[in-house]
Amino acid sequence: MNSRKNLGPTLSRLQQQLDVQGPRKYWQSLDEIAGEPSFQELVKQEFPVLADIWPSALSRRKFLALMGASLGLAGVSGCSVRPAPEGTIVPYVRQPEQVTPGIPLFFATAMVHGGEAVGLLVESHEGRPTKVEGNPNHPGSRGATSIFHQASVLTLYDPSRSQTVTHQDHVRGWDDAEAAIELALAEQRKSGGAGLRILTEPVFSPSLADQIQQLLNDFPQAKWHQYEPVNDGVAMAALEAAFGESVSPIYDFSKADVVLALDADFLSEGPGALVYASDFMDRRRVRTGENDAGQASMNRLYSVETAVSCTGAKADHRLAVRMSEIEGIARAIAAAIGVEGVSGTDGTHEKWCAAVARDLKQHRGKSIVLAGARQPKNVHLLAAAINETLGNVGQTIRYIVPPAAKPEDPLASLQDLARDIEQGKVQSLFILGGNPAYTAPADLRLSELLKNVTQTFHLSLFKDETSRLCQWHLPETHYLEAWSDGRAFDGTPSVGQPLIQPLYEGRSAREFIALLRGQRDADGRQLVRSFWKQEWQKTHLNGSDGDFEQFWRSALHDGVIGQAAEHKQVALRPDWQDQLTQQNGTGDTGENNLELVFQADPAIHDGRYAMNGWLQELPKPISKLTWGNAALMSPKTASKLGLSYESFAHGGEHGGFDVPLVDLQLDERAVTAPVWIMPGHADDSVTVYLGHGRRSAAKANGEWQETLGFNAYELRSSEAMWFAPGLKVSVRSEAYPLACTQARHLETKHGVIRSATLEEYRHDPRHAVEHKEEQEGGKLVQIEQPITLYKDFHYDPPQHKWGMSIDLTTCVGCNACVMACQAENNIPVVGKEQVLAGREMHWLRVDRYMSGSMDQPEEFHFQPLPCMHCEHAPCEYVCPTAATVHSAEGLNDMVYNRCVGTRFCSNNCPYKVRRFNFLEYADFKNETRRMQYNPDVTVRSRGVMEKCTYCVQRIRQAEINADAASRPIADGEVLTACQAVCPTKAIVFGDINDASSTVAKWKKSPLDYGLLAELNTYPRTTYLAAVRNPNPELEQG
Amino acid sequence: MATEAPKLERRDEELHVLGLKPQYVPIEHNLQSVTDTISDISLDQRRRPYWVGLLLLNGALFFTFAGVVTYLLITGVGIWGINIPVAWSFAITSFVWWIGIGHAGTLISAFLLLMHQPWRTSINRIAEAMTIFAVMTAGLFPLLHLGRPWFFYWLLPYSNSMSVWPQFRSALVWDVFAVSTYFLVSLLFWYMGMIPDLATLRDRSQPGLRKEIYGILAMGWRSSARHWRRYETAYLLLAGLATPLVISVHSVVSSDFAISLVPGWHETVFPPYFVAGAVFSGFAMVIVLCIALRKAYHLQDFITRDHLDVMAKLLLATSLITSYGYLSEQTVTYYGGDQHDVHVYWYRLVAFDKYAWIVWTLFTCNTVVPQILWFRRARRSQAVLFVVSLIVLLGMWLERYMIICSSLSEDYLPSSYGFFKPTVWDVLTYVGSIGFFFIPFLLFVRYLPLLSISETRALLPGAHGPGVGR
Repeated sequence: MNSRKNLGPTLSRLQQQLDVQGPRKYWQSLDEIAGEPSFQELVKQEFPVLADIWPSALSRRKFLALMGASLGLAGVSGCSVRPAPEGTIVPYVRQPEQVTPGIPLFFATAMVHGGEAVGLLVESHEGRPTKVEGNPNHPGSRGATSIFHQASVLTLYDPSRSQTVTHQDHVRGWDDAEAAIELALAEQRKSGGAGLRILTEPVFSPSLADQIQQLLNDFPQAKWHQYEPVNDGVAMAALEAAFGESVSPIYDFSKADVVLALDADFLSEGPGALVYASDFMDRRRVRTGENDAGQASMNRLYSVETAVSCTGAKADHRLAVRMSEIEGIARAIAAAIGVEGVSGTDGTHEKWCAAVARDLKQHRGKSIVLAGARQPKNVHLLAAAINETLGNVGQTIRYIVPPAAKPEDPLASLQDLARDIEQGKVQSLFILGGNPAYTAPADLRLSELLKNVTQTFHLSLFKDETSRLCQWHLPETHYLEAWSDGRAFDGTPSVGQPLIQPLYEGRSAREFIALLRGQRDADGRQLVRSFWKQEWQKTHLNGSDGDFEQFWRSALHDGVIGQAAEHKQVALRPDWQDQLTQQNGTGDTGENNLELVFQADPAIHDGRYAMNGWLQELPKPISKLTWGNAALMSPKTASKLGLSYESFAHGGEHGGFDVPLVDLQLDERAVTAPVWIMPGHADDSVTVYLGHGRRSAAKANGEWQETLGFNAYELRSSEAMWFAPGLKVSVRSEAYPLACTQARHLETKHGVIRSATLEEYRHDPRHAVEHKEEQEGGKLVQIEQPITLYKDFHYDPPQHKWGMSIDLTTCVGCNACVMACQAENNIPVVGKEQVLAGREMHWLRVDRYMSGSMDQPEEFHFQPLPCMHCEHAPCEYVCPTAATVHSAEGLNDMVYNRCVGTRFCSNNCPYKVRRFNFLEYADFKNETRRMQYNPDVTVRSRGVMEKCTYCVQRIRQAEINADAASRPIADGEVLTACQAVCPTKAIVFGDINDASSTVAKWKKSPLDYGLLAELNTYPRTTYLAAVRNPNPELEQG
Repeated sequence: MATEAPKLERRDEELHVLGLKPQYVPIEHNLQSVTDTISDISLDQRRRPYWVGLLLLNGALFFTFAGVVTYLLITGVGIWGINIPVAWSFAITSFVWWIGIGHAGTLISAFLLLMHQPWRTSINRIAEAMTIFAVMTAGLFPLLHLGRPWFFYWLLPYSNSMSVWPQFRSALVWDVFAVSTYFLVSLLFWYMGMIPDLATLRDRSQPGLRKEIYGILAMGWRSSARHWRRYETAYLLLAGLATPLVISVHSVVSSDFAISLVPGWHETVFPPYFVAGAVFSGFAMVIVLCIALRKAYHLQDFITRDHLDVMAKLLLATSLITSYGYLSEQTVTYYGGDQHDVHVYWYRLVAFDKYAWIVWTLFTCNTVVPQILWFRRARRSQAVLFVVSLIVLLGMWLERYMIICSSLSEDYLPSSYGFFKPTVWDVLTYVGSIGFFFIPFLLFVRYLPLLSISETRALLPGAHGPGVGR
């Protein structure tokens, strides 16, 4: 406020000006004064931040950031706006600052999932967080989010969340729990905490780690363990062995020309996936015109994997091998590249390995070799060595201090704990988050061991398997209810602010640790803030409180509180080869030696999201299964068991399948699982998803969806965390219904997916769109002239003509768009029964097609399918009540109120993107659930048809903003929900009338084609044909 | 068979042997006996056990139907097996089937009247009644199948404060007009034709409520020459009005499918093909009802074997037309070569785990089985004809089911292929609707003149009534 003293003269000057104008010269609005340079000056002095930002053109992203910024300042007051969960609606008696009813606010926060914190901007309507967006300022998001972030908001409002403290299933208060904790700790204090153990999930929060450290200082004999079932402990240990210190790799795909992924699904999971997918796809986008197509360039991706992952599906060359064979391939490639001290060939895939090695060698310093977290130590060592040999380190790969607060191998840590319990050393066990009783390897028998501990406390969001085994269950806050912090994949810390006061009696992990340290009623905000103040003071020795306040506010506003971790210069230890253990029995493809592979569920991860209906109902990227898991195997493996795809596919290609059940037996452990035949899966191998078979899963349609799927953890042992040989499979006579939204694997029709190789594109940019099909017998009609009985619609500028374009090359099938659409548009969850009946409600679906044969699929393609908003829409003319009509801006509008539900529109929609409320799917009753609904979108009742609206509410919002500012809507100002979250920017939306808009440019691309355009529908959503970049050496035979 | 009048049967045979013209006239009867026989059916106060039995059976069906509809309205159409992509199924199939059955009525009463076919006289009343009740039943389905049936009136063009009208490009709106017009004209035709007979019943019944009701319904008919002159003119005019409806109703119903772009629906052959199919199933139903009534009320004198014979010939003819439709559909599709059309037609024929068994069953029912009617003995056998007609009714139901479900199942994008599995509610809705049809029909049989007394009398040799050639 130093500038305050200068304001006097300016103000008086301004007043003078008004005086001079005299009483007769009226000013009509404050805008007039606002135009005065002196007023501008005043503003600049009073609000320096605003003055810089305001005049520049506002992009939507900037707008979001700005909202976040201005409201980050009011973060505290914002979250005190506690909405009434029930009761009559009353207007604000005292309106909270900056809250305008009907106008959402955006706050920056962060969510920790899968080994990283991702910065988010959360949309808040009158104090209710309703929708999550990525924070463009955050290095781990860049505006994108994953399905888990999108779905997290539903978990917040999940009525099945734990609401009270319980002691042995009896409801208690926090007072009782506090007393019990005090009692337990008093006992421990005598021994210095020798019997005290704390079990958390791997901590990425600097402040929480600091707190725990302080607690450990109070109890020097106590131990802190970390465990998470899906972790990269092996990779961490391997890199430590290779380099002699603990490091994490950071990849720069923007510089990589050739990428080899060894069972690494870097495009859709693991730390940094959002950014990696973005960088990787930036190098794959073909955006040349017809004339300069010859200059088009792309990177190349090789993938070696067992089950089909998103990364494998996008690979130019994908090799499906058993998990145990990957090491052999890594060795062969390493040897061919010339990694010192490594020899070996892979007989079966010799040619493949040689070609890949040659390609890598030609791109020294511009390639990346990744090893997946599930691979054994050897593969990680080999990958690190190959990268070093190729000179990639420092170019495309950098190593940093791991973002985890205390990097350690989670399995070893849990084994430690189990051993201690077994030996009777543990009396008090505090479990913060996680669900180890369910997720721990079966051979640790943790469920039984927990009973041997005298005092057990479990702080968690849900009353889960572990809670039931612990004496005390304590409700935890959701991340949107509590202050937190965490590090991004590259080490950048950020602060997570709450969006709402805790709905129930929950406390955050920080508050809980504070409680253990004797601070009752600790304030989460103070805990986080004081930690960062200390950190800040380390670098700002003379900083005043005011300076810190400024720093803190900008940190909250930006969502980022510091810098990324510095790169570490590391080199392979000279004796790294000694770390390579002997290959044990790889390549044993004996007929009867089936391999069992574990995988985190692509939708509900390790089981922590099993309660989340959105994620349960989300079709998994490749298998398209919902509500449960299955034993995935290749058609060949299935036929060895006497099963064939045809034997159960008669249920229809969409909806319910009665599949055979099999008993999976590994050593002494066995589970019963339904079989799902997955083309592209490696032979003699069976993949199972973890995280299912929980004792209670999500609620949908008002009913509990219980015990869906089978619990694959029961097969998992600490010796074989990810894959194990010696699986025995026996087919049962029973069948089990699996809900699958797309089981037709092969693209059997012409022109649905169009693709070309880079070579073909260079020679003939229109190859994909036209010629390929003609060669195949002229199956595809190209329509040159509109044929219609009706008058054309006109959209003369300044009228908008909205349109969308989707790039099939860059879509990785991660489903983030589907989830964002569901969150934005109040799309109901229908439950397994209804998915079995073929009635899922997703407005946007991602179709997955394969080319080649079921036994040997060659290419995989993802095709996101929203409403096409056809210019000649087949749905419009068949509706008897005019409930679906063309808007003046070209949208195909759905008027819910006018819909009587004849469903003719859906029958006549060749894309089948319309969804019908066959029953009352929307939850109108549950007050908590209802809080999530986006107030800008109608919640549909039964008997009404619905479909993608191009997020018309966002178009209207942008229109209002633009109108208010008397300016046209800028390109990129309207971001549809699907477009906003897409990590690879595969979806673009905008005004086709505006020739300079991105969408208009995409539509001019020689790759642009309309799906089923031969039907004369003139789809407004068009696709850019997929371009692949296969290695010519491997392509020929 | 014991109660059958052997004399007449033998006489029929003799006429045939002698090569005389087929007899459609109750030659053993005189004016008095015709009136007696027919009006006695309505006026006889004795309970007939089989009638009561049928009423109870259909009452059970009717109340099942009422229960299902109640549940449907409370819960939503989700109780059926419909889904995306197969959003239409049993309800629309049943709608088309019942409308088709209702077709024979107008054809017989109006079309054949204009064609001067004397054999229509004995069966026209039954056929018309069947039409009314079939159309009533059919009309329920489009209402029930709506997601929000309480807003059905939005399909009607009525003036409202929002100035919102139905969307006239939609075939569903055409349906509303076509079906309601058809129902109205059929009802008028049926009622008008009944007025002289109602007067007869009025005159013959004992004083009481029944007489009053017949009296009101007879609208003061006194059988004066002036009455007859006006009646004849009006009847003929109505017949002229109704005849185009024979073509229009099912053509419009077929456009529910034909105007769409669903492969397997988008067929120019549909209007004539649907009309032929409708007449086909309609005649099958008329034959079933005639044989039943003939047997139950000893109407062998009135509905002779020659009647059955000529209806069987029509059945055969329409079967051939329908079969031609099947053939042309396939041929045109393969000749056209559109990948989506070819896919649907091919998978219909070969996918035995999906719809192929239905397709081949319906081909058998509608094309193969009716070929037996080439044989005169089959045409004149009640048993054979009864069974063949039931098979045809089944076949025609399956045909509509196949057209609707299989086309929707695999239309364009392989990702959205689906399958329809009926639930118990689907089946109950359809089966229950049979009760909804038969309850009013049984009441009609019991209380209204089953055959046209006046027209039958006019056919008798030497009658001085309205034109004999009618």
